[in-house]
Amino acid sequence: MTDRAFAPTLALHLGVIAVLAVLQFVLPDYHHGLLARIMVLAIFAMGYNLLFGYVGLLSLGHAMFFSAGLYGAGLPVFHLGWGVPAAFAAGIAAGGLLALLVGVLVLRTTGVAFMIVTMMFAQAFYLAILYFAPWTKGSEGFVLPQAARAIDIAGARWDLTSPSMRYWTALLLFSAVLALTLYVARSPYGRVLVAIRENEERTRMLGYDTFATKLLAVVLSGAICAASGAAYVLIFGYAGSTLASIQYSILPLLWVLLGGAATTLGPLLGTVFMYYVIDVASGYTTAWLLIVGIVLILLVLFFPRGVLGTIRERWVPWLP
Amino acid sequence: MAEVLTVTRLSSGYGELPVLHGVSFDLRDAEVLCLLGRNGAGKTTLLKTIMGLVPATAGSTQLRGRELTRLSAHEVPRAGIAYVPQGRRLFAEMTVAENLEIGLMARQKGHATRERVLDLFPVLRERLRQRSGTLSGGEQQMLAMARALCLEPEVLLLDEPTEGLMPSMIARIREAVAALRAEGVSTILVEQRVDAVLAVADRVLFLENGRSRDVLDVATVRADPAMVRRYVGVG
Repeated sequence: MTDRAFAPTLALHLGVIAVLAVLQFVLPDYHHGLLARIMVLAIFAMGYNLLFGYVGLLSLGHAMFFSAGLYGAGLPVFHLGWGVPAAFAAGIAAGGLLALLVGVLVLRTTGVAFMIVTMMFAQAFYLAILYFAPWTKGSEGFVLPQAARAIDIAGARWDLTSPSMRYWTALLLFSAVLALTLYVARSPYGRVLVAIRENEERTRMLGYDTFATKLLAVVLSGAICAASGAAYVLIFGYAGSTLASIQYSILPLLWVLLGGAATTLGPLLGTVFMYYVIDVASGYTTAWLLIVGIVLILLVLFFPRGVLGTIRERWVPWLP
Repeated sequence: MAEVLTVTRLSSGYGELPVLHGVSFDLRDAEVLCLLGRNGAGKTTLLKTIMGLVPATAGSTQLRGRELTRLSAHEVPRAGIAYVPQGRRLFAEMTVAENLEIGLMARQKGHATRERVLDLFPVLRERLRQRSGTLSGGEQQMLAMARALCLEPEVLLLDEPTEGLMPSMIARIREAVAALRAEGVSTILVEQRVDAVLAVADRVLFLENGRSRDVLDVATVRADPAMVRRYVGVG
C-alpha cells in the first residue's frame, strides 16, 4: 500500500470508530450491551487475525491466550483484591508469556501439525483450569464483585459496571488495538509477515530470521487476545472454563474468515455479523443453527476471501 | 584477480542420500562462472548448500575468508550472497514495489540501491504498482533478480534464469548479467542452454555425479565441443 492510499485508510478507520461511538446514543439498551461485548471479542479476533491472516498460521488453540488474559486478570482481582489497571496488565502479561513459551515449541511445526499442537496446548490449558477448580472455580466460574470493577482516576470514578462506561471502555480498547493492527500491517515488520505467509523459504533466503519473526507474531497475537480476555472479565465481570473451551478457539477463526483474513476491519465485521445472525435467527426458530449454516455457505460462495477480503480483491485494492 | 568465494571439498545431500562429493572451485571478483552438467549432477544442490539451505556434511565455503557453512540459512544472504532460485518464487500477492522493498529492508538498503536496480531493469519501473503474480515470465525473472540485487550482494547465484523464457527476454537477462559483472558483482550461473553459457560466462565448471571436474575458460570450452557433449550430452 502506498502513502497515497493512507488518507482514505485513515478516514475509513476513524469513520468506523466514530460510527461505533455514535451507535451507543442511537441503539436500544439491549444492542448497546451486545455491541460492547462484540467490540471486546473483536479484539480477540484481531489478535487471531494477526497470526492467521498476516502470517498464515492457522491456530486452533487461541482460546488459551484469551483465557490466559481472562484468568490472569480475573484471579488477582477475585483472590487478591487487585485494582483494575494492575489486573489488566497482569492479564496481558500472562497471555504474552504463555504465547512466548507455547510459540517456541509450536513453531517447530507447520500446517496440520501446527493446528493439532496448538489445539492440544489449549486443551491442556482448559483441563488445567478445571483441575485447579479450588482457585478457578472450574466450569461454574466466578463473578467479580461490582466494587472491584472500577478505576479511580484523580478523584473521578470510572465504573465498569455502568453500561455507558462499559461501552466507552470497550470502544477505547478496540480503537487502540485497531490502531496497533493498522500500524503493524503497514510497517516493514508487517510486510515481512506477509512475505513469510507467501513463501517462508524465500523470505529466509533474503536474510530474514523467519523463526524469530514468527515468534514475535505469536507473542503479539497472544498478548492482544489476552487483552481481550482481560477486558472481558473486568468489563463483564465473569470468568469460566467455557471461555477456554475449543469453541472459543474456533470462533475467532470463523469471525476472521467471514470478515476477511489479513484485513484490519474484517475481524470486527465478522464478529458483528456472526453475533447478529445468531441473535436474529434464534429469535425466529429453535433451528437457528440451520439458518446460520445456510448464511455461512452463501457467504463462502459469494465472498470466498471473506467480505472485506473479497471487496479488496475486486473493487477496493487500497483497503488495508 | 582475487577470489571472492572459495569452495573446498564440499559435500552434502538430502538425508541418507549424498549428492555432492567433495566439490571444489573458486569464484573470482567480477566473474561469471557457469555450472554445466547433466540433470541430477548436483548443480542446484551446490547452490543450495552454499546458501545453507542444504546442510554441508563436509568441506567449507568461504566468502572472502569468512566461513559460511557454520551460518544459519538466513545469515548467508546478510553476509553478501544472494540467490535467485529456479522458478523465480516471487511474493505473488505483493506488488513489484513491495517485492523490492522486502529485498531492500533485508540489509537496510535505501532509495539509491532501489534506483540502481530499477536502472538495470527499466521495465519494472513501469510496473511498480502491479501485482507481481500478474507479470509475464520474463518480467518475473527480472523482478526475482532485482529483488536479490536489492541486498547489494558480492556474489549472485542464479539457477536457470532463462528457463522457459522467449528469446528477447533471454537476451535481456544475459545483458543484465553482463552489466552486473561490469559493476563488480560475481555470479554463479546454472544453465542448461549451452549457447547462453558460452555467450556470457568467463569460466565454466563442469559437474558430474556430484563431483567437480574441469574448470575451464570459456574460450577453451568453445573450442572443444566434444567436451560439452561429454558432460552435458548436447553441444
